[in-house]
Amino acid sequence: MTKAILPPTDSRPARSGGRGFATFDDPGVPLLTDAAGNPDFVAIRDSEDFQELRRRWTIFVLPVTCGFLAWYLGYVALSAYAPTFMSTEVYGVLNIGLIFGLLQFVTTITLTLSYARYARRRLDPQVAAVRALTSEDRT
Amino acid sequence: MTSGNTVINLSVFAVFVLITLYVVYRAGSRNATASDYYAAGSSFTGPQNGVALSGDFLSAASFLGISGSIAVNGYDGFLYSIGWVVSWLLGLMIISERLRNTGRFTLGDVLAFRMKQRPVRAAAANVTLVISLFYMIAQMAGAGALMALLLDVHTKGGQAIVIAVVGVVMVLYVLLGGMKGTTWVQIIKAVLLVLCVTLLTVFLLGKFGFSLSSLLETASENSTLGPEVLQPGVRYGGSPTNSLDFLSLALALVLGTACLPHVLMRFYTVPNAREARRSVVWATWMIAVFYLCTLVIGFGSLALVGSKAISEAPGGENSAAPLLAFRVGGAVLLGIVCAVAFATILAVVAGLTLTASASFAHDVYANVIKRGKADPKEELKVARLTAVAVGVLAIGGGIAVNGQNVAFLVALAFALAASANLSTILYSLFWKRFNTNGTLWAIYGGLGSCILLIVFSPAMSGTRSSIFPDVDFAWFPLGNPGIVSIPLSFLCGYLGTVFSKEQADPEKQAEMEVRAMTGIGSGLR
Repeated sequence: MTKAILPPTDSRPARSGGRGFATFDDPGVPLLTDAAGNPDFVAIRDSEDFQELRRRWTIFVLPVTCGFLAWYLGYVALSAYAPTFMSTEVYGVLNIGLIFGLLQFVTTITLTLSYARYARRRLDPQVAAVRALTSEDRT
Repeated sequence: MTSGNTVINLSVFAVFVLITLYVVYRAGSRNATASDYYAAGSSFTGPQNGVALSGDFLSAASFLGISGSIAVNGYDGFLYSIGWVVSWLLGLMIISERLRNTGRFTLGDVLAFRMKQRPVRAAAANVTLVISLFYMIAQMAGAGALMALLLDVHTKGGQAIVIAVVGVVMVLYVLLGGMKGTTWVQIIKAVLLVLCVTLLTVFLLGKFGFSLSSLLETASENSTLGPEVLQPGVRYGGSPTNSLDFLSLALALVLGTACLPHVLMRFYTVPNAREARRSVVWATWMIAVFYLCTLVIGFGSLALVGSKAISEAPGGENSAAPLLAFRVGGAVLLGIVCAVAFATILAVVAGLTLTASASFAHDVYANVIKRGKADPKEELKVARLTAVAVGVLAIGGGIAVNGQNVAFLVALAFALAASANLSTILYSLFWKRFNTNGTLWAIYGGLGSCILLIVFSPAMSGTRSSIFPDVDFAWFPLGNPGIVSIPLSFLCGYLGTVFSKEQADPEKQAEMEVRAMTGIGSGLR
């Protein structure tokens, strides 16, 4: 089976050694790890990179989740409480309710693909940037 | 249906069982560690696991039940299936990646991450066991009913034998193959199922000149309901209580799916969060295609078989898809559809058995009884013993409720998952102050209220379709408790946290937050 490998990233490189000792060739920020090389989670959480990751995740997921829940529950509520409206025929015997129902499929697939794309482009590189703060990806 | 079909049905089914058992045997022969048994060594790829996820999720209730429900209730049956498609967005965006990053084998790993291990793990295991058993018993009873329909087995004894055979095969899958073998069963079954419904759908659409509208028109002409079958309100219309009941069901379906224990456990069979995300994308595609096809099959069976013939057939609305298959493809196609339906039941119960055994062995035995110091070999032994015990319980339960209307157990499983699991997962991931006490309140509040409300609902007593039709102790008007129990569990979690003096461990909380988002500290990459 394949193990996925992290995509290349243009952010901070991970360096070898426990706590990152700054050298002249390697002027990056120090690793957020303790003396034993274990990640310092509080420092990572408060780091700019992690806050940025969380911000990127929230601005996509929160509105989309609220949106799809409202759209789905609204659709169910319309079917339950406004059956006459939903029975209005639009195209042949296809009525508004059936068309809205099929649209639920369309929106679900669209949102699924857009999240996958967003995660690949905006979240994964940022995850890599946060992981580069630790000695995590060193073999 | 004649006895000639029985031979075809049985042989197609036997071939399926033999092939899958061989695959399971080959896949599982190197099963050695706990990680292999519980999570297939996390070695599956996203697409493989995605197909298996859809296999785990699409039960016989969705195949026969939904297509039948569409054939009989029309629009309202279709509405049911939409919730199951939409719900995967929640699994995709919020649950799958975080779960993969935080836990190892069970839901208990995640919930107990920053809490006191023993009480939280015990509670998580309780929920998993209750949901798995309810869901499994409903599936087993379904197997009995299906037999009556497909193999002309009408005696209670004969159906009991069928249920026992299903139970034995499912335990064999789990014991021989562990998670790896079971996953391959899911993959084979999901591919067969989706292939089967897709071909049927293309055929049906072709018969009506690829016009959905003309198919729907013929369907409404052949329904006793007439054009009303295409409009909302057949099943859930009429009274305000019915409408509210439907909203409640919809809420449980959309929030519960991604929290079902056997679905959650699938996220551990992939190596990292990105693969977990890919698996949900694949599962969503499979499931969306599947339910679009059931829409066509449901209305197609209405158009070609007619609602009268469907409701008069043994097995009632569950027989819509098999009757349609017989109508368009004769005994052979019927045999294939029946075998696929059986494969579906078998695979779903195997997944549930594995989940229940993992939850008991990993959470209760290793962490509660042995306080985290269990010998891995012993833990595996306990897991296998639990699988056998769960199998026996499911066979017994399935035989006991055979013939009862237990469809509500499936909906109840979703309501339980949404009430007990969703609130605790969300709180422990996103609410800093959330603590052990809050976790316990949320889990037991959701679980308890859900079960209590269902006991005092019309599903148990008071109406003709209840389990106890002759007595009436139903004071809760809805058949689906979700609309009350889901918010209640969130409220319980909040109050339990606020009212306890216990402080959340800020370092553990930071660790969980970072790990859930990035996988740092989990050893995954």
